Amino acid sequence: MTLQFLADGLVMGAMTALGAIGLTLTYSILRFANFTHGDLISWGAYLTLTLAAIIGMVLPSGSIGPFSFGWPIVAAGLVAMLLTGLLALALDYLLFARLRRHGTAIILVIASFGASLALRSLLEFLYTPSPIYFSRELQIAIPLGAGVRVTPDQLFTLGLTAVLVGVMHLLLTRSHIGRAMRAVSENPALAGIVGIDVAAVVRTTWLMGGALACAAGVMLGLTVQIRPYMGSDLLLPLFAAAILGGIGSVPGAVVGGLIVGLAESLGVQLIGANYRAAIAFLLLLLVLLLKPTGLFGVRP
Amino acid sequence: MSAGALLAVNGLVAGYEMGVPILRGAGIAIHGGEIVALLGPNGAGKSTLVKAIAGLVPVFAGSLRFDGQEIRGALAHTLVQRGLSFVPQTENVFTTMTIDENLQLSGHVLAKSARARQIAAMYGLFPDLERQRRLVAGRLSGGQRQMLAIARALMIEPKLLMLDEPSAGLSPKLTAAVFGKLAEIRKTGVTILLVEQNARAALALADRGYVLAEGQNRHEGAAPALASDPAVAHLYLGSSVATAL
Repeated sequence: MTLQFLADGLVMGAMTALGAIGLTLTYSILRFANFTHGDLISWGAYLTLTLAAIIGMVLPSGSIGPFSFGWPIVAAGLVAMLLTGLLALALDYLLFARLRRHGTAIILVIASFGASLALRSLLEFLYTPSPIYFSRELQIAIPLGAGVRVTPDQLFTLGLTAVLVGVMHLLLTRSHIGRAMRAVSENPALAGIVGIDVAAVVRTTWLMGGALACAAGVMLGLTVQIRPYMGSDLLLPLFAAAILGGIGSVPGAVVGGLIVGLAESLGVQLIGANYRAAIAFLLLLLVLLLKPTGLFGVRP
Repeated sequence: MSAGALLAVNGLVAGYEMGVPILRGAGIAIHGGEIVALLGPNGAGKSTLVKAIAGLVPVFAGSLRFDGQEIRGALAHTLVQRGLSFVPQTENVFTTMTIDENLQLSGHVLAKSARARQIAAMYGLFPDLERQRRLVAGRLSGGQRQMLAIARALMIEPKLLMLDEPSAGLSPKLTAAVFGKLAEIRKTGVTILLVEQNARAALALADRGYVLAEGQNRHEGAAPALASDPAVAHLYLGSSVATAL
């Protein structure tokens, strides 16, 4: 047994955390489990890949410093974050908003399940099911001592996650839009009464959730690979992280994501990679049985 | 009657479901500076009327004019910007936020300096709230929560403050405290529309009153006249007259 699982688990956990933040926000504000969130992660990665190819025709595509990627991917990632946010908004406009007016939560969940299948199949149709990579360049892992090695891309992933989480935390605790989101999440009717434009808060939530999902997708693409199923395969760990942290809590999603990531990579080392998916599922079951409100949750 | 009124509601048909109206042609008028009580037996449509004014219940027919403009169909949050404040009967504060955050949030339409001034004014009016400003509202007692809900609604310096049964669930002592506050608030010139089950307390405070039954107007007039009208007492309480009036 080596401590390598710590590094791998933190990197996986960071990506899970970014995905789980978006999931927990949409869950707490729109009150349904959105199964398309995983596919927003995949779409974010593919959009970045496509945009990077276009931008690469203009910008020099050499890699930056020790990283495997160049400026085209950075620029493409930023644009793709916006586009993924808009994709989430479009899904809401075309599907969820219409169902919200009449339907109950279960109708929205099932609709999102269907939309998820459609989004995934569309990616398979457009890009084929075979895995692709942002870069074929081999990365030399840096030894950190105690037998732990990380690649520069993995360090970048951890750093970017820390920055994005910090920005999100400040936004939600210090800004008006953050307070407004908390208000809508607790009581949408009262939020309207105190003068909050609930529809605008819903739009902001989709934009934020989509953008963070895209960031997670790009990181997953950088450190693992890009596949049409990359995001939907992550869905179970995402839900486990969001529920473990407590629905609606951003710090909770981050802590939950890191715990899920670490537990998975420890499990892979102890039991074997075949059981990776079972570990998130087991965690999810345990939380639901022992503490359904999660670590930082308030609502039962 | 409704000419020059701050709020004029005419022939209002409204309800939660199309084809099942709860209000069937109700109308009221409120002039600036007045306190108007909206009374009636359970199920008369009093709450539905204030919720319809606040943009929370679909209106099928009739007109709602506030401050000279038609507000029928306006979204709830846009009415706040026009100076219409509403205190619902239940779930009227954000329980996961502190007292301070509740007031900050309600004052977000104001400029920063005006918001700070209003919060200070609210703490002047409700000293109990200032002492616990960092306390999460979910931990307040029923009476304090009602005070916070009223303070929250006053943050925007409303032209009209509407309250839906502010005495519901409160002890007689706390009810008296809430009505005492409303009397203080009226001195600052705020116009108030008060929905109440507690007719005696409401008419003691109000200038005028309306009595609704089955979604329609039944009686209206000056508060003392309504309070002493046996027909009102009869409608309000059925056979067991007098105890509420």
